[in-house]
Amino acid sequence: MQQEILAIRFGYGLPAAATDPDQMLAALSGPDLAATRWPGPDQASIAAAFHDFQQARRAKDDVAKKAAQVAALALATESAKASFARAIGSEESFRERLVAFWADHFTTTARNPMNKPLTGLMVDQAIRPNVAGRFADLLRAATTHPAMLVYLNQDVSIGPGSPTGRRQNRGLNENLARELLELHTLGVGAAYSQADVRQLAKLLTGLTVEPGAGMIFDPKRAEPGAETVLGVAYNGEGINPILEFLEDIAARPETARHIAFKLAVHFVSDDPDPDLVETLAATFRDSGGDLSTLAKVLLAHPAAAMTKQKKARQPQDFLVAGLRALGIGPEVIFNANGRSFGRIITTPLAAMGQPFRSARGPNGWPEAEADWITPQGLAARISWAMRVPQRLVNPLPDPRAFLQSALGGLAGKDLTWAVSAAETARDGVGIVLASPEFNRR
Amino acid sequence: MDRRIFLKGLGALGCSAAAHPLLTTVSLAEGSSVLGDNRLVVIILRGAMDGLDVLQPRGDAGLLAARPRVLSPGTDLDGFFALNENLSGLMPLWQAGELAFVHATSTPYRDKRSHFDGQDLLEAGTGADLVPAAQRDGWLNRLLQALPGVGSETAWAVGRQVMPILTGPALARNWAPDQDLAVSDPARALLERVYSNDPLFYAASATAFDLAGLEDVEGKDIDLIASFVAERLRGSSRIAAFSIAGWDTHRAQIGSIRRPLDRLQRAVLQLRDEAGTAVWGKTVVMAMTEFGRTVRENGSLGTDHGTGGMMLVAGGAVRGGKVYGAWPGLDGASLYDRRDLMPTSDVRDWAAQAMAALFGLDRGLLEGTVFPGLKMEAAPGLIL
Repeated sequence: MQQEILAIRFGYGLPAAATDPDQMLAALSGPDLAATRWPGPDQASIAAAFHDFQQARRAKDDVAKKAAQVAALALATESAKASFARAIGSEESFRERLVAFWADHFTTTARNPMNKPLTGLMVDQAIRPNVAGRFADLLRAATTHPAMLVYLNQDVSIGPGSPTGRRQNRGLNENLARELLELHTLGVGAAYSQADVRQLAKLLTGLTVEPGAGMIFDPKRAEPGAETVLGVAYNGEGINPILEFLEDIAARPETARHIAFKLAVHFVSDDPDPDLVETLAATFRDSGGDLSTLAKVLLAHPAAAMTKQKKARQPQDFLVAGLRALGIGPEVIFNANGRSFGRIITTPLAAMGQPFRSARGPNGWPEAEADWITPQGLAARISWAMRVPQRLVNPLPDPRAFLQSALGGLAGKDLTWAVSAAETARDGVGIVLASPEFNRR
Repeated sequence: MDRRIFLKGLGALGCSAAAHPLLTTVSLAEGSSVLGDNRLVVIILRGAMDGLDVLQPRGDAGLLAARPRVLSPGTDLDGFFALNENLSGLMPLWQAGELAFVHATSTPYRDKRSHFDGQDLLEAGTGADLVPAAQRDGWLNRLLQALPGVGSETAWAVGRQVMPILTGPALARNWAPDQDLAVSDPARALLERVYSNDPLFYAASATAFDLAGLEDVEGKDIDLIASFVAERLRGSSRIAAFSIAGWDTHRAQIGSIRRPLDRLQRAVLQLRDEAGTAVWGKTVVMAMTEFGRTVRENGSLGTDHGTGGMMLVAGGAVRGGKVYGAWPGLDGASLYDRRDLMPTSDVRDWAAQAMAALFGLDRGLLEGTVFPGLKMEAAPGLIL
């Protein structure tokens, strides 16, 4: 039963290729096979759509503008399909769960159609390559990615004393600076002040995006002089002081604690064992923020193997686990037309309260079980459980066998009884998928 | 609460309802004694409603000059303003003093005229100094946060559209009345047994099974929503929010504005009819939009994103039959940026005034917490 728990808590449930900690960790050190097998749109095609849009805008050609927007939305859908195909198809479920965790930690969403493909691009370029590396590398990649720079308004932040700032009478936008401290590193309770936010905002000036080129450092926007953040002065030319700062902040003990707490809450319990948090924080500090060491300690801690399932699977997690349990191959999703992808994934996700890549704010999705198991959210899960499987699997499996393969020893007595009492296979399979046992982890 | 379906489910299972260990806990939590007996409904009009075509300042010579082709027929209200004919079903409310308008009002949002940012600011209820992404919760949620002890049934976000105005740490319920529950009666009975082991799932499913029973109401989505809200207001709920989209009338506006106006009118009338006289008498409905539209019509018989907008206020607790707000005028020099209606009041100010009057909230709470940075200065009197 302990192995089943691990596969559910740290993966996408049963059946699972890897169920013991060593197997799960071994997969992390290998190459990212899933990203290769189910690729998302690349930077060139996203840049091409941008280019078309800008040309159309300059030419005031509404038809071409619309076409570029449609192309961008299609790229975003392609990226969404790849994301689900990887989660469903990969044998390295723990890696996929870590990707989802860090993508949420560094949440970005798009405010217009042209930016929609950027979130997925950031996951591919900044998150996936770094989930088993150093936190400092992940932080640098995420902070400087165009998706983040646009989402948190760094692209409109200009040093008021810089040449561009003086000429255009424009100034700072503190958004990225504030979230970098509050959400991405130290955490909201840590000892930093508004003056630190302000200084960091000045330090970050120069960092911006150029359509087609991605992130650039524009010295004409950079505030001149040194900035002092958390008591450390950063000075020098170009992007280097910013990179030094990111390296420093990644090594702060407050950052270690914040990341430790978030990992424990996301993977184990809304109210995590203090020893788990402390152990993770110490590991973060001692290993220099090495995320694979952190993963190893997380999986080995006794709290990770407790049998009580204290978390609710978030809707994305629920859909992936459901499709995997039903034996739906990743190609079904990867090659789905827009309409069936919507029917199987995106429309139900929104009804369950988690519209894809559309978290309300940079703090990402809520963790608490009560935020997900609401009347509306549960009704949508029940409806999906009762309706979607029969569309995808013909014939449906025997519900009793399905219960065994999806939950193993975790099925409660009442669930086992109810599944055998169901009058149709549709009801039986639906009851398994709608059960608390299946919706918890 | 209608337990019909729930009991039917248990009956199908063949077990005795009285013996069910959790049956007595299946009730929606008590509503709010903290908020008293009045009700507030906020309708977010997504897409930027053209206030000038809905409440037409026909007494201003600038209107026909700027809108030679884009102006719907209207019915005179007070000799200066006329009401768009698509809202003529609301004339009885105007005559009964249950309908008011605030013209030339807006949030502090200026210049970029993005729907997304404008709606974020409208629902966050903060000033323009905070960038939208930094705003974590909506103003109705902050109201709930400030009132310890409000019941979980107090506030509802209704419909499929996410309602940031009610999003945040305080518990607000949400439901889309068109959410179906694709489950047979026997399967539902089995699920009830399965959920009985897990209080979180049990409570959520009991409410879901209960609410899904409302599905057989006839009508369009907006009727379902208004009807659902009215039923909650008759019960222990005091606050509800939902949205009506479709106001982004860049082209052929006279035709394209009909549908959202029809939905708005239906929503108000349905709320009145289904709330019942007593509840309607204690209710205020505020319909607000992210910003107004350009004064001058554009080249495709529509209007573009503007600044000053208009708010519709209805309900038995409204001092109606009146248009509130200072009228700035439509001559070029009076416009914002020489193109948009100049806002003469802050939309949050009117909402704060309504909450003060309805719920007895003090100014410090409204200016400090619900709408941080707001200075309440609108002329009082909108609420009875």
